[in-house]
Amino acid sequence: MKPAEVDYVRAETVEHALALLAETGVDSKVLAGGQSLMPLLAMRLAGPERLIDIGRVPGLDRLEIVGDRLVIGALVRHHRVATDPLVARAAPLLAAAAPHVAHPAIRNRGTFGGSLSHADPASEFPACALALGADIVLVSAAGRRTVPAETFFEGLYQTALGPDELLLEVSIPVATPDARFAFVEFARRSGDYALAGLAAAARADGDRLADLRLAFFGIGDVPVLAAEAAAILASGPHAETAIAAAVATLDAIEVRDSAAAGAAYRRHLARVALRRAARALARPEAAACR
Amino acid sequence: MPMIPITCTINGETVEATVSTRDTLADLLRDTLGLTATHVGCEHGVCGACTILFDGRTARACLVLAAQADGAEIETLEGATASGRIAALQKAFHDHAALQCGFCTPGMLLAAAEFLEDHPAPSRAEIREALSGNLCRCTGYQAIVDAVAAVAKGTEP
Repeated sequence: MKPAEVDYVRAETVEHALALLAETGVDSKVLAGGQSLMPLLAMRLAGPERLIDIGRVPGLDRLEIVGDRLVIGALVRHHRVATDPLVARAAPLLAAAAPHVAHPAIRNRGTFGGSLSHADPASEFPACALALGADIVLVSAAGRRTVPAETFFEGLYQTALGPDELLLEVSIPVATPDARFAFVEFARRSGDYALAGLAAAARADGDRLADLRLAFFGIGDVPVLAAEAAAILASGPHAETAIAAAVATLDAIEVRDSAAAGAAYRRHLARVALRRAARALARPEAAACR
Repeated sequence: MPMIPITCTINGETVEATVSTRDTLADLLRDTLGLTATHVGCEHGVCGACTILFDGRTARACLVLAAQADGAEIETLEGATASGRIAALQKAFHDHAALQCGFCTPGMLLAAAEFLEDHPAPSRAEIREALSGNLCRCTGYQAIVDAVAAVAKGTEP
């Protein structure tokens, strides 16, 4: 359970990291907090030739509001997402989801950008990014581009990140005063990988919900938006009949079998998550629920 | 084998070492520096036995490369013991028989110390949640939670 032989370079700046990533002929992997990558190296599930450590690159840990967007730098750690008042105000869904990410010592090291680039199907932040309509900013020696969360997650541990690209930061619309959210996760034990979970974001519009986005995680290869269920829930005032109809649409969503839990059980958990989230979203104080 | 020189502070002392790029911080602490209170259990971030402080916050020494420690401030259980930072917890673990084989204890102590600094008056459920990333295969956790609750202010025993 030790990493194989590997080269290691500490990037001093973003430009330095990009120059290293632009070198062809060497299989490089970006190392940030390392809380997902190190286990993969130890178990020899990943075997890059070179690690490019961006852990001390200045500027990558910015966390600030720019206009009407919350900008989260790649190196912002989960502990900060969980505890910074700025996140609680501007993206309360993220603050509610953060305590579900692994355990305290992991949250002290793990990074927001790392979580999105690793794209574990059971992880919380990719689904939150999808629910919140996040833009993901990628940069390479050739320039920068912005990829919406909808198209960033391409498959199991697969993202739109090219081999020469670095995830620079994530930009999220700042929560408005009428914003509502719900976060539900099922795991066998606290801190374990999610068996199923749901990140939901909306705006209150009178007694209705507007801009409702329901992002499930842990059930497929990538986080998935349940658009049909969201349309039903947003079509009228809160009603148990609407919730039942929305839950029924989940039958059409593909759910993956895994060693941890069968597809039927995961689908059941997804239904329960949607019921809980829908009821929570109907309350003005809508917040996280387990 | 690729090697890299690093300089870091460990338990208040400046340490210069040349480390293999594949070595974890736990390897450096135990094998090179003889700081064997940092226990190595699973070596992939699950058990919490190798918990240390990295720049003032708990981290798993098996999930940090020794190379990444360049410029960092590290504290191990030896340092936390010498400074007296965890003395009350150590006494409570002793009083409540919160250990049997002792393998998980260093990680438990450092995790509990950080938790109590962040949350001085937690509930028992919060203590269990905070220690959920530290596996103990002996005690069944009851006595460990008792010990942490005894140090916390205002937690029902």
